[in-house]
Amino acid sequence: MPDLSLKNINKFYGKVHAVKNISIDVPIGEFVVLVGPSGCGKSTLLRCIAGLEDISDGDIVLGDRSITGLAPRDRNIAMVFQSYALYPYLNVYENIAFGLRARKMPHAEIEKQVNWASELLDISDYLKRYPRELSGGQRQRVAIGRAIVRDADLFLFDEPLSNLDAKLRDGMREEIKRLHGQLGKTFIYVTHDQIEAMTLAERIILLRDGEIEQVGAPLDLFERPDNTFVAGFLGSPPMNFVKVTVSGGTLTLPDGQTMPAEGALKDGTTLKDGEFTWGVRPEHFSQSDQGARTLRANLEVIQPTGSRSYGTFYLAGVHLMAELEARVGEQDTREVTLSVALERTVFFDKATGKAIS
Amino acid sequence: MIRWDKGWRLILRLACALIVTILFVFPVYWLAAISIKTPEEIYAYPPVWIPGQVHFSSYLTLFTDGDAWSVWNSLVTAGISTTLAMVIGTIAAYSIVRFRTGGDHLAIWIISQRMIPPICVAFPIFLLFVSWQMVDTYLGLILLYTAFNVPYVTWMMRGYIQEIPLELEQCALVDGLTRWAVLWKVVMPMARAGLFATAVFTFIFAWNDFLFALILTKSEVVTYTVKVTGYFGSQATFWSKISAMSMLGVLPMIFVVGTMQRFIVRGISLGAVKG
Repeated sequence: MPDLSLKNINKFYGKVHAVKNISIDVPIGEFVVLVGPSGCGKSTLLRCIAGLEDISDGDIVLGDRSITGLAPRDRNIAMVFQSYALYPYLNVYENIAFGLRARKMPHAEIEKQVNWASELLDISDYLKRYPRELSGGQRQRVAIGRAIVRDADLFLFDEPLSNLDAKLRDGMREEIKRLHGQLGKTFIYVTHDQIEAMTLAERIILLRDGEIEQVGAPLDLFERPDNTFVAGFLGSPPMNFVKVTVSGGTLTLPDGQTMPAEGALKDGTTLKDGEFTWGVRPEHFSQSDQGARTLRANLEVIQPTGSRSYGTFYLAGVHLMAELEARVGEQDTREVTLSVALERTVFFDKATGKAIS
Repeated sequence: MIRWDKGWRLILRLACALIVTILFVFPVYWLAAISIKTPEEIYAYPPVWIPGQVHFSSYLTLFTDGDAWSVWNSLVTAGISTTLAMVIGTIAAYSIVRFRTGGDHLAIWIISQRMIPPICVAFPIFLLFVSWQMVDTYLGLILLYTAFNVPYVTWMMRGYIQEIPLELEQCALVDGLTRWAVLWKVVMPMARAGLFATAVFTFIFAWNDFLFALILTKSEVVTYTVKVTGYFGSQATFWSKISAMSMLGVLPMIFVVGTMQRFIVRGISLGAVKG
């Protein structure tokens, strides 16, 4: 039985169609991440679920009741905001207790709950402090504490980590995932960051222009994207897209290099002749002259990251990036032979951008 | 160790501050001095800068004659009208900011009410109050001051409320508060500095009003501003009474601003959102 069910949700701002006929079922306890570029409607959708925006059309069902049209406070939803939204005139304890006081919980119970939440988030030492006396990471913990302290049916996160610096973000990401495991509640998490989406989600819902592009487990989306948009959005550095021609079992690259095309599709069927957009992730390349599927490349830029190096090369003006050994190119050998894991690459229809399977 | 140019700059700054302070404080001192001087000292030339003896007789006269009640009248009308104007104006401002009540121009239209010179409406208002039998009543003055102050409060509070991060209110709504509770528990504390500042100015306006108090009062609710001018006679001017009554009028203001000042601090919203 789904915990949260969105049925044909539409949202208009005047004439702007921000959310287009979206239907999603989320089972109890699932960690769902809504991801997409800015302006794709993901935050709007989240705010519709919270009741901060009215939906223009459709129905939202939480558990066994429709919450469409209910005031935010009657939905029993907890939400963490991007800007933390802490009350500056209340100390940490009162900030966390705010929602409990609003619901007229007895004092002893409030104290128990606040202590539980603050221990879980490791902020017990700051309960008497005010938000202005906390660091960004501590503020974010308080904001999360304020959400989890209530026995809400559903937890919403609106880009909670985007104000933190990169290092802190990695730590908090881990903590949010751990928290989800401990609480066992349904989480809906909005982000524009594909790494956050990949690392946190049990299921990713990728949106663009108010519509769902693809739904699925992170690795499924990563390995089997439905179209070039999904393929390009997930993964860093992003997937390379190359226009290729296939004829008679031979794949021809823009600069005329060829390689055998059999086994190009994941299910083992052969690719029909024609022109395609070939999607190759940087890690699908490796420096090797073994195997039949190789190409010659002249690395123009090499970006070492420590464990691996990213090499940029051009094939007839098309920019590609390959993830290679850390010490590639150190011996003046910018001319390299790259082997391609063809079975892992994806072919897209040149005109529609849809994946070929 | 302070370097010489820094020391000179400090001295210069202190000197400027001292001059400005004297400029502002001297009139109040002079008022206070006159109120405790003897008539001879008041008219003495060259002026007596520091009264030789302290005479509280003029104050005593004000209280025994019952004239001091006019300060109470001012307190009642200014106090109640300020409270009313603050409540109505703040709610109106919240509605304009959060719900776009009246579109984009209502706020401008409301503040434009304050652009009318009061004297232009004095006569119509007098006629209106006569027909409503509200001349020389608390209710009349309170209603009038409230009406004049609501636009000011609305305009000022609109600015302060606009500065409150929307997410704070939304968070409270999700956390289980009603709109009214949000207004009380989030907007009020967040706009506290602005609230007090606006209240002080609103109170000062009502407290200092002379025109309407003059035409709308006769004997029952005469305010201190009207009372003071009554001591200017064609035969004689009672300077000691004037200054004593003025002191009674100034003291509550000093008290109000003095106590409110510590609430009127900016920076209270630090740490609400982001870093």
